[in-house]
Amino acid sequence: MIQETKVLTRHENVSGMEEVENYIRDGGYEGLKKALTMLPQEIVEEVKKSFLRGRGGAGFPTGYKWSFLPKEKTKPHYLICNADEGEPGTFKDRVIMEHDPLLLIEGMTISGYAIQSELGVIYIRGEFKWIAEKLECAIDNARRANLLGKNIMGKGFDFDIVVMRGAGAYICGEETALIESIEGKRGQPRVKPPFPAGVGLYDCPTIINNVETLACIPIILQNDADAFKRMGSFQSAGTKLYGISGHVNKPGLYEYPFGTNLKYLIMQAAGGIRNGKKLKAVIPGGLSSPILKADEINLDMDFDSCVKANTMLGSGGIIVIDEDTPIPEVALTTVNFFVHESCGQCIPCREGLSKIQQILTALLDGKGQNGSIETMLKITQSVNGSTLCPMGDAAAMAIQSMITKFREEFDTLLK
Amino acid sequence: MSASPSPYLTQESEYNLSEDVVTKITEMAASFPEKNSALIPALHLIQDQFGWVPPPTIKQLAQLLKTTPNKIYGVLTFYTMFNLKPVGKYHIQICRNVSCSLLGAKHIIDYLTKKLHIQVGETTADGKFTLTLVECLGACGMAPVMMINDKYYENLDEKKVDQILKTLK
Ligand SMILES: Cc1cc2nc3c(=O)[nH]c(=O)nc-3n(C[C@H](O)[C@H](O)[C@H](O)COP(=O)(O)O)c2cc1C
Ligand code: FES
Repeated sequence: MIQETKVLTRHENVSGMEEVENYIRDGGYEGLKKALTMLPQEIVEEVKKSFLRGRGGAGFPTGYKWSFLPKEKTKPHYLICNADEGEPGTFKDRVIMEHDPLLLIEGMTISGYAIQSELGVIYIRGEFKWIAEKLECAIDNARRANLLGKNIMGKGFDFDIVVMRGAGAYICGEETALIESIEGKRGQPRVKPPFPAGVGLYDCPTIINNVETLACIPIILQNDADAFKRMGSFQSAGTKLYGISGHVNKPGLYEYPFGTNLKYLIMQAAGGIRNGKKLKAVIPGGLSSPILKADEINLDMDFDSCVKANTMLGSGGIIVIDEDTPIPEVALTTVNFFVHESCGQCIPCREGLSKIQQILTALLDGKGQNGSIETMLKITQSVNGSTLCPMGDAAAMAIQSMITKFREEFDTLLK
Repeated sequence: MSASPSPYLTQESEYNLSEDVVTKITEMAASFPEKNSALIPALHLIQDQFGWVPPPTIKQLAQLLKTTPNKIYGVLTFYTMFNLKPVGKYHIQICRNVSCSLLGAKHIIDYLTKKLHIQVGETTADGKFTLTLVECLGACGMAPVMMINDKYYENLDEKKVDQILKTLK
């Protein structure tokens, strides 16, 4: 038995955590108190030492990202919390924001101090209106308790947070599209470099981190980097929120030590496959991650093990698919999604994906033509690596893996 | 405003931004380092007032944020949450992404089209319901999921849909 370790979700079943008194009574704001006795650079070092890696999908080491900011501060620095939660299969950040909003706010305040920022923006998906309101309420409470605003805790540090709701565009989860969106523009990713740490929001140095990443910061500071490292696996420290959906007996959000085995998560934590069916496939890290076959799930769910298995940990959104589900149908739903969400800037993503959509739709309608499966595979190869942002690659790899791993199901459609 | 409004203005006046909305937009604009950041929040506020974003309001918004209507159109049309035409009193948006599909989203969609006698994308004749399909709503562990106006409804089945619709007067 592996124990569920509730750290970020420890208040999942408690209400009233947006009240400062309740949060402090349970150990809240110890991290910030300690942080404000340290130098910003010391916090960056502690976060580096903790091996915290970004929970937004790419797993970039957080402390290192922070140290890419210019050494000399000549312009304002901004902190953005990515709460877009758009990756299909993902429903984790909302649990932190709904049940422990001050944990995120404390994490942002410490991070703001570490990167010498005075303003943080929480960009939350537009549909989560009630959660945005909860965050605003918690922010007001923190302001009243002098935990946000001017001269926080009397230590001469000024920092405030604004909440902004998106409006239904998956691509705005991509960090530079998100910046464009905050600037009041269409959410179209920028050319990189320059990276946001150099030229970001309003052309100023900007750090963007996911909700779950920022919520780990108070945990690291309360104890220390080593305690945080001990909670996870070698290269992926801390706990991880795994969202399990699809054909399992107990779908839901589970928090386990980073690197917990995928088979364990599906078969034990989530209670196995529904209705006594057999497992066919698993999409392990949100819809952008390449699919796994049933015999590939003996896998440690950390960044490096997933890469070794030719997939991605991504957001940790695990989608479980049973033996009765035709994979070509899953592939069509997948490509429909990416076609709908392509921002339209890059021709390979815009045109290539919709071509795959046409071919696959015809195939499923019984109107497939000889060679059309090969054509789809060829298109995925030419989309991969030829777009401005990683969405083209993600879509191409996800579809390619479905076709190659379940090729016989596609072939049957041609008969 | 001139003392005797032209017919053009009279016709537009039913789409005047409320004082409350104007105040909120102005506040929003002040809370960001650059005014233009208030654009998307402002469009949400306008949609809250009218249920959609009527064209005449765009001119008013352009003045408030010192931008042009064309720029606002460019942004407005990028984001799927903004309604470019009126929708029913209750806007039903059902998730059609993978996790929801695995647990019967298609069935729920079919059930709703039959029950409401409309196709996806249409509004009922009495103007009460509009049915739209959307991508993942971030509630996949509670699939199938739909949103009606600002509220989420999860773990749907036929019976639950019946109960929910009955409460919507
Ligand atoms: C198409 C696309 C969608 C993304 N959506 C999200 C999202 O919803 N939430 C998120 O935190 N990161 C998302 N990301 C990743 C962000 O670009 C960025 O890497 C992340 O927010 C960085 O935070 P982290 O270092 O804490 O992981 C997305 C990336 C791409 C390419
Ligand atoms: S797939 Fe329907 S809410 Fe995510």
